[in-house]
Amino acid sequence: MDSHALAAQTSETGHIEHAHPPHLRHHFETVEQQREAASFGMWLFLLTEIMFFGGLFCAYLIYRNWYYPAFVVGSHQLKIWAGTTNTGVLIGSSFTMAMAVYSSQVRNRAALIGYLLLTIVLGTVFLGIKGYEWHDEWEHHHVPGLNFSVSDFVHTSAAYPEDKPLPLDMAEKTQVYFSLYFAMTGMHALHMIIGVSLLIILLAQAWGGAYTDGHMTTIENFGLYWHFVDIIWIFLFPLLYLISRHQ
Amino acid sequence: MSTIVSLPDQSTATLPKVSYLNKEYGLKSWLLTGDHKRIAILYLISITFFFFIGGAMAGLIRLELLTPASDLMAADTYNKVFTMHGIIMVFLFLVPSVPATIGNFLIPIMVGAKDLAFPKINLLSWYLYIAGGILLMTALISGGVDTGWTFTTPLSTHYLNTHVITAGLAVFVAGFSSIFTGLNFIVTIHRMRAPGMTWFRLPLFVWSHYAASILMVLGTPVLAITLVLVILERTIGIGVFDPAKGGDPLLFQHLFWFYSHPAVYIMILPGMGVISEVISTFSRKRVFGYTAVAFSSVAIAVFGFFVWAHHMFIMGVSNYSALVFSLLTMLVAVPSAIKIFNWAATLYKGSITFETPMLYAFGFMGLFTIGGLTGVFLGSLGMDIHLTETYFIVAHFHFVMVGGMLMAYLSGVHFWWPKMTGRMYPEGLSKLAAVTTFIGFILTFFPQFILGYLGMPRRYAAYPPEFQVLNVFSTAGASVLGVGYLLPLLYLTWSLKYGAIAGANPWQATGLEWQIQSPPLTENFVETPIVTHEAYDYEWLAHKTEHDEVETVG
Repeated sequence: MDSHALAAQTSETGHIEHAHPPHLRHHFETVEQQREAASFGMWLFLLTEIMFFGGLFCAYLIYRNWYYPAFVVGSHQLKIWAGTTNTGVLIGSSFTMAMAVYSSQVRNRAALIGYLLLTIVLGTVFLGIKGYEWHDEWEHHHVPGLNFSVSDFVHTSAAYPEDKPLPLDMAEKTQVYFSLYFAMTGMHALHMIIGVSLLIILLAQAWGGAYTDGHMTTIENFGLYWHFVDIIWIFLFPLLYLISRHQ
Repeated sequence: MSTIVSLPDQSTATLPKVSYLNKEYGLKSWLLTGDHKRIAILYLISITFFFFIGGAMAGLIRLELLTPASDLMAADTYNKVFTMHGIIMVFLFLVPSVPATIGNFLIPIMVGAKDLAFPKINLLSWYLYIAGGILLMTALISGGVDTGWTFTTPLSTHYLNTHVITAGLAVFVAGFSSIFTGLNFIVTIHRMRAPGMTWFRLPLFVWSHYAASILMVLGTPVLAITLVLVILERTIGIGVFDPAKGGDPLLFQHLFWFYSHPAVYIMILPGMGVISEVISTFSRKRVFGYTAVAFSSVAIAVFGFFVWAHHMFIMGVSNYSALVFSLLTMLVAVPSAIKIFNWAATLYKGSITFETPMLYAFGFMGLFTIGGLTGVFLGSLGMDIHLTETYFIVAHFHFVMVGGMLMAYLSGVHFWWPKMTGRMYPEGLSKLAAVTTFIGFILTFFPQFILGYLGMPRRYAAYPPEFQVLNVFSTAGASVLGVGYLLPLLYLTWSLKYGAIAGANPWQATGLEWQIQSPPLTENFVETPIVTHEAYDYEWLAHKTEHDEVETVG
């Protein structure tokens, strides 16, 4: 067959002769191949996210080694109850997200909508508490660059009377701690905001009947993203809040 | 073993009635397309646009350096011009050049698939590229940026009053375009291969893109977070890199070069893939040591991640880490040399013909070898202290990037032009362009090795008068080089309408892409191909042309 014959044949018959399952994009051979490709792509994307946060964790590792006393007193200024609550909220949201994926698998539309809604609520609660903490740190002049003051670190703190006041040069280094704190929790919150926005779209689609008809790759892959963002927090919480809390 | 194949008579070739180019019409059918071939063409046009802007900047630099005094432009304008030249050429031309155009077009066809795994993400990556380009042009038009393409802190965060944030955002956004391209390639190569297309039957072009994609996916996010920190430091004044607050500018260097050194392999690896295809096709021989060449690509990708601090020998890293990074740098030369030796061995006793892509490929082999070897000079500690931040460095990376990558890019564009457009480029003119480019290149950059060795520093608008003769050579060479780059732009555009019709396989090459019509159908293959032969099997091709078409699955 020459190219003309091939072209003519395609233009006449196209690929209509294949009975396509719904949701199978034309360039995949089988539903299985499409699912594997999507999930593999998602894992690769999460790998890029690990490298993205990896830069921050690397900076954290170096500066924590250099300025350990500053990191300790900086950490003690954070509200541990807020961090702990948020950790619980996020683990809870991971559970509801996992249940949403399960509901999608067993094709239960009402449960899917309910769990997605719960995940949105928990995600928003997390962001609310985080926002409250940031506001509080602003009030205490802990934001480097904008309104930072070392006064909390050169005097004895009421909450941590055992913490000795730092010499001024080390107290200045708490700015590095708070720079990293805001960069890390800020990047994490940005991922949460993106996640909640995507959840709202998924919810609208699930409301319209999507994801309970056997095609749930999108929900599964979003679940991976959501769990990933949770895991980042699971690392951030001890690294930022729990430095030398046993004193 | 080599097989002499006579090229087919092209006078009887005709354009196919239906192809990806004429299946749909209108701007919308291009801007909202999911077809990897159309996205490749979009990339080709936009990359060419930015290449010529970056090239114009280079022209201005060379014009300023014609005389020792800073007379054409003020010193800070000069800083802005070389910064913009660097950012455009690195992030908007070299990084996406071969992968986003030729790779985008060919990888699905080479593995026997109908499209990349994620067509929408592929289109998104083009839009991100354009958004990055627009941001950078905004920075340029609103007054420019003068950090150098490296965004070095604390210069970029504290001491400059130019559009660092806009330019930083541009690179951040363009970086995501590169991440998505790499991600798409990896998934496609893993999951979309046709029946019988095993890993070791893949063309080496695919292997080198696979290796480059690993670097894009793992390296680019680190650049992204680094730029975010620079932008945060410049806007609200956090202190991760600010020594006044306890931060360390050296950390910026580590994070930046953790991406930007592997980035040079992102730029060169796809070009090496092109060279493998071209050398094999025009010597009518299987690439010598296929497995070694395939694994050397992966080895370059892996070693490439462990050499970044050789950019920082004079920046205060410890002697021990400098020593280790120097040794590791020597290690990267090994897989690069494996490739050069294997290509040379492929040529040995091959039936060599001198079509334009082959001329560019020869240019690549010579210039890349010089660029690579001078890289070894720079990797050795003592030499580096003498040569770093001089024109020797400039000459070294232009030999690799322009002499290497741009030659490979042009080689690939000529080689696959008949496949992309269905028409041939004019052979005589294009040979002239290839030779002009080579001569212009040598004349431009070879004097810079000497200038650098004599101690002329880079990034200054003025220089001592005794350096003028060599600088005049260099500027003259740049003019010749400019002609060499304008020629293909003109005759390739001309050939779109007036070029001879190419036919399916004008080079008698063995790749799957040459077994389908040119230009290809939107679906690439009428039916999924079954691959029964190794890559570069010219006997299979000779046998096949005696009989009929590729075997297909019903």
